[in-house]
Amino acid sequence: MPTVAPLDLDGHCISACWLDGLPFFALADGQVHRLDNGHKTIEAHDGLLCAAVALDEKSMLTGGEDGRVCSIAADGSVTEIANLGRKWVNTVATGPRGAIAFGAGRAAHVRLPDGTINDFQHQRSVEGIAFAPKGLRIAVARYNGATLHFPAAAGKPVELEWAGAHAAATFSPDGNFLVTTMQENALHGWKLSDGKHMRMAGYPAKVKSLSWSAKGRWLASSGAPAAIVWPFQTKDGPIGKAPLELGTRADTMVTAVAFHTTDEILAIGYADGMVMAARVADQKEILLRRPGKGAITSMSWDGEGRRIAFGTEAGDCGVIDVAG
Amino acid sequence: MTQAQIPVTVLTGYLGSGKTTLLNRILTEDHGKRYAVIVNEFGEIGIDNDLIVESDEEIYEMNNGCICCTVRGDLIRTVEGLMRRPGRFDAILVETTGLADPAPVAQTFFMDEDVRSKTKLDAVVALVDAKHLPLRLKDSKEAEDQIAFADVVILNKTDLVSEEELRDVEAAVRAINPAARIHKTQRSAVPLTEVLDRGAFDLSRALENDPHFLDADDHDHDHVCGPDCDHDHHHHHDHGHHHHHGVSPIHDVGVTSISLRGGDVDPKKFFPWLEKTTQMDGPNILRLKGIIAIKDDPDRYVVQGVHMILEGDHQRPWKAEEKRETRLVFIGRELDAERLKRTFEACQAS
Repeated sequence: MPTVAPLDLDGHCISACWLDGLPFFALADGQVHRLDNGHKTIEAHDGLLCAAVALDEKSMLTGGEDGRVCSIAADGSVTEIANLGRKWVNTVATGPRGAIAFGAGRAAHVRLPDGTINDFQHQRSVEGIAFAPKGLRIAVARYNGATLHFPAAAGKPVELEWAGAHAAATFSPDGNFLVTTMQENALHGWKLSDGKHMRMAGYPAKVKSLSWSAKGRWLASSGAPAAIVWPFQTKDGPIGKAPLELGTRADTMVTAVAFHTTDEILAIGYADGMVMAARVADQKEILLRRPGKGAITSMSWDGEGRRIAFGTEAGDCGVIDVAG
Repeated sequence: MTQAQIPVTVLTGYLGSGKTTLLNRILTEDHGKRYAVIVNEFGEIGIDNDLIVESDEEIYEMNNGCICCTVRGDLIRTVEGLMRRPGRFDAILVETTGLADPAPVAQTFFMDEDVRSKTKLDAVVALVDAKHLPLRLKDSKEAEDQIAFADVVILNKTDLVSEEELRDVEAAVRAINPAARIHKTQRSAVPLTEVLDRGAFDLSRALENDPHFLDADDHDHDHVCGPDCDHDHHHHHDHGHHHHHGVSPIHDVGVTSISLRGGDVDPKKFFPWLEKTTQMDGPNILRLKGIIAIKDDPDRYVVQGVHMILEGDHQRPWKAEEKRETRLVFIGRELDAERLKRTFEACQAS
């Protein structure tokens, strides 16, 4: 039986994640909570807007309303990486070999593994940034498409156009696809080798959460009363294919999704705070957490794929031990 | 978790119209409310306040096939960010740049589900510099749009013009927007209760604030017109339409308003007509407001719209002393007054 160890906090959880095997909960008020032989609190920002875990899972990168970009280590120590004054840092991203990126206003800033910082200005606001899994390449989601930059090389950016406002970006684990969430209730994808478009529409709400399965065969998404899971097994991805629907409920929206670390099992969080797990192969579901005070905003599996850290918009966070 | 929707006031006005003075007053005066303010530039706001947020104006067209559906993308993001830490403020104020089109700002609060669920548009307030308005109206569409769009117009810097000039400026404002509340003032010294918490978009309160909405018979002279004002709307006592085009010597082209009046309407004809009209003329309709008397319905029905966005609801029962009457005003460009009048009259209940 799954068990839940609650951590009742006060405020909207931006990110529930794991650093060096310890659960961390970054809240919108700027406090970052961690469970390391008891509940400890770090004052990281005056207003925290975004967070991303480093690929080595030893630290997390945060951006705030205070214009600061910080790195928070597993021991709770905070290192300020940049201070942009009164600009809000709306998005952060972590990449291979310790590269990081952050966006404020119409600029994306990339710090390469060797410490050099490159700035990329855009015509429109930088809404989201993602690193490609290999090589130093970033995608910036913007109005009417996405821009690919190669921060280590002085090459020209590649523009991927698609009408509409694009919010967040993610590369498939094999680096063959780029997918963005949109202001419309849809995802958009590009096959990077030939620029072919993938329209993934039909959601009743905006998509706020995306998660790739371990080998990148599936992309799960929120924004419907079921987790919408798109197939990416073939070279054309989901073009011409229907998605799976997992964890369908009659009247409650899925607000967060997180694929298991190694297996094709999806954790599904709902607007009422419920969490379920569903297996892709047979669509079998188990209840992990009963409804709580607010919508699930963030979930992450630990490295062993045994526990899930979750956070909600009301602050009733916790850790689910799936095996119990 | 249900939390009350936070009211949002949008402040428009040209550079030099007194927006910053008004903002500084709102941020410092003791009115018992805390405001989060979204500005395009920190500029001259003399107050250091954590809740002043700078935001790059980002106009996003929606991919829904509606050519006038634009939203402010940066507002969606900023409002969402602010609303993740509720309890710090009671209301939000959005200041637009001098040249801004108010429609995308207003539409953001209707078009985006997340923003709409957490906030509600309270009113659009336009600051107008009495001295420079004639020039602005000649050289820009935006000045006209801002007045046309407003629920409240603050005619500022009245000390810099003669009485006659002021009368002309007022007439121009009234010709563009007969439905707005007008306040004449100096140094933005309007009572804040007239600016904040107006409920102009709240259907339960809309048009309740303004007992003289489109009321030709007993116009409130104190707050709108001077004693010798002779706008043409004073002389209409019959049912029909008012066409305010051309009443002002300093406002001669562009935005016009069309007022329609009638008795009880047939809902089977009226609502399809209203929808068709807003679909067809939506790009040209800046604002639409109305009180509708529906045949055999004891309740007043109120409607309001921004371009193609249309909202309507039953408001309250007609009072015994009230005359059951349908009144509608369309404010916009290139509106076909004759067609609107003819098609509206076809909706009258027999």
